[in-house]
Amino acid sequence: MTEAVTTVRRLNMIEAINEALHVMMERDCNVVVFGEDVGYFGGVFRATAGLQKAFGKHRVFDTPINECGIIGAAVGMGAYGLRPVPEIQFADYIYPGLDQLISEAARLRYRSAGEFIAPLTVRSPFGGGIFGGQTHSQSPEALFTHVAGLKTVIPCTPYDAKGLLISAIEDDDPVIFFEPKRIYNGPFSGYYDKPVEPWAKHEGSEVPEGYYTVPLGKARIVQEGEAMSVIAYGTMIHVAQAVCREKGIDAEIIDLRTLVPLDIETVEKSVKKTGKCLIIHEATRTGGFGGELSALVQERCFYHLEAPIERVTGFDTPYPHSLEWAYFPGPVRIGEAVDRLMKA
Amino acid sequence: MATGPDPAKTARGNLPPLSLHVPEPNFRPGDPVDYSFLDIPPPGLLPRPDETCPATETTPLCSGMVRVLGNDHRAVGPWDPKLDPETLRRMLRAMALTRAFDDRMYRGQRQGKTSFYMKCTGEEATSVASTFALAADDMVFPSYRQQGILIARGYPLTEMINQIYSNKADKLKGRQLPIMYSCREHNFFTISGNLATQYPQAVGWAMASAIKGDSRIATAWVGEGSSAEGDFHAAMTFAAVYNAPVVLNVVNNQWAISSFSGFAGAERSTFANRAVGYGIAGIRVDGNDALAVYAATRWAANRARANGGPTLIEHFTYRAEGHSTSDDPSAYRSAHEREEWPLGDPIMRLKRHLIELGEWSLEQQEAMDAELVDLVKAATKEAEKNGILGHGLHHPFHTMFEDVYKELPWHLEEQAEQAIRERQTKWPEWKPE
Ligand SMILES: Cc1ncc(C[n+]2csc(CCOP(=O)(O)OP(=O)(O)O)c2C)c(N)n1
Repeated sequence: MTEAVTTVRRLNMIEAINEALHVMMERDCNVVVFGEDVGYFGGVFRATAGLQKAFGKHRVFDTPINECGIIGAAVGMGAYGLRPVPEIQFADYIYPGLDQLISEAARLRYRSAGEFIAPLTVRSPFGGGIFGGQTHSQSPEALFTHVAGLKTVIPCTPYDAKGLLISAIEDDDPVIFFEPKRIYNGPFSGYYDKPVEPWAKHEGSEVPEGYYTVPLGKARIVQEGEAMSVIAYGTMIHVAQAVCREKGIDAEIIDLRTLVPLDIETVEKSVKKTGKCLIIHEATRTGGFGGELSALVQERCFYHLEAPIERVTGFDTPYPHSLEWAYFPGPVRIGEAVDRLMKA
Repeated sequence: MATGPDPAKTARGNLPPLSLHVPEPNFRPGDPVDYSFLDIPPPGLLPRPDETCPATETTPLCSGMVRVLGNDHRAVGPWDPKLDPETLRRMLRAMALTRAFDDRMYRGQRQGKTSFYMKCTGEEATSVASTFALAADDMVFPSYRQQGILIARGYPLTEMINQIYSNKADKLKGRQLPIMYSCREHNFFTISGNLATQYPQAVGWAMASAIKGDSRIATAWVGEGSSAEGDFHAAMTFAAVYNAPVVLNVVNNQWAISSFSGFAGAERSTFANRAVGYGIAGIRVDGNDALAVYAATRWAANRARANGGPTLIEHFTYRAEGHSTSDDPSAYRSAHEREEWPLGDPIMRLKRHLIELGEWSLEQQEAMDAELVDLVKAATKEAEKNGILGHGLHHPFHTMFEDVYKELPWHLEEQAEQAIRERQTKWPEWKPE
């Protein structure tokens, strides 16, 4: 139910997220925002800046450094009838709260036969690219896609970030909302040695004022093409676009937007059309979400495939501080896979 | 069937609506600062119980504050460790060196030589004086603001800087965030960026030492903010149950990034008081008084060594600088907090004490400060020969795949080849190291 929107401005992703929170806190007095440093200071990435001033300390507040407490409290608040939007400062720190997410939030509805729900949206910056070393760079999304009852959402543009976050907050299920921090302030082509383009000049940064939604479970075709289907999300979309542009490859690039629920239809249709499939994510390879995607494509599109499915991922090592850019699935790694697919 | 009144339908009468308490610090940017609400007892007031006393005897120490140095810069009371002047001078030097090191590294970050740095300005005593009170082979489980331990233990500055620059001589192979040192040789456990995780580990180490009939003890440091983590409470439970020979430090520097200590529970009780509920010994100490920190740590270490069990020490101090190079504290706290901090500066206080004893002079201090600046500068120059972050002089690519497992599995070997190939594709003139 998209309402009429008025002005369109160009924002960066962090501003779009901030706006989504403003919009939802205004519309629904049950929306509460909390986490380490999110109140007075507005969060270390400033995603919650201004919210406490606008909505008061009862709806926007700082918390103890206790992720288990943050998510546990959010489960209780959700059961009460609030719509908590807790922030975990970095996705790397979600683990102390894992039991609350996996054993409690994810199964509350199931185990109470719908008597209780946990409509929380856990926001957290994830992924590398800011020289955060191994404890500020991880991409743990596959952990959550493995848990029945959780939804996992990852935006790739400011427009989507705002619309998807609004949908996530309105959703009655627990949602993990991972924000690719590398592209908070501008898209990233994957070249560490080139300046980052600001969002102001990039598509996807036109963000309408007020309320609008981007539905969960619906992928976005970033560009149509015939040569191959590139399936990715978050930062990796921008890298894929840069590579295909440079190589002049007419690829169909699909931004999944949500991993669970997955828009398999869009993926299937595309792979059946192109006959080739490249899957990209930044997370470690083994047991990554790419494996699931690859299995799905194989199950549904086997007779249409003209080449083996390609997976480009981070390496199976922790994120190394000084070699961060070598770990990152950059244009060379993606370029090689594209070449292999083109030759096949 | 329920027989009583249906609570959902019971009228609440004229009770006021419930309201949520969200802690608020005393001062925000622009506010004047008045610390008169702080209860700072005079030095020399609290008793020093026997090191093997029952834990309950320390209860008054948990809400009071152990202090040795007074405003007149003299040491008084039962906690005066009566250190010889030579030890005091060495302690002063290690603290001053820590500060000189911090200043230089901070500037290095601003000059783009590394990605990140964290200072411990104003908290030097909580690591340096503690270290002086421990044995060199006691295991320390530090958090990220205890660079003073390595400095006090004589770890080469150049090694520290190599790590901060993630260069080719970094013995952690450029993997860790700058400042997250590790040095087994100096019994310094590798630092985790995940807060409070080292606390139960320290307790486990101490338990193992007890199991083995060893004489070494363990210590751990955590910020007051991080004491809210579940790990803190798990560690306290284990320490209590097994009477572990461990000294657990909470550095209460008043701020956890932008959150004041109230968000970790400081409005209700002191952090040292948490020891009471667990039945272990606790001491709250003036963290800017190097002698008091030394004395409390010594007391706790002796207690642990005598099988008296764990002690929780709260160091009451103040984080004078920003949380890290990524932080701007003027956005959330009054600029006057630092100037007005009633417990002074640990380095100044120790210096004044030595001068008062007739064992030091302003001229000597000046000469030492100048010498330390040169020392750090020379170490920096030395480290820079091995490269700075992002300028190519890093560890060979292959090292990125090593140490994930003891042996390199096939898939990592394949991935290593991939990484090296990528590098060659991008810079064809580059030769694999
Ligand atoms: C498990 C975990 N959660 C959150 C963070 C992010 N973080 C890094 S430092 C910090 C504040 C810690 O404050 P405190 O424990 O008081 O130590 P101080 O920085 O004051 O020395 C936070 C929230 C983290 N590193 N690990």
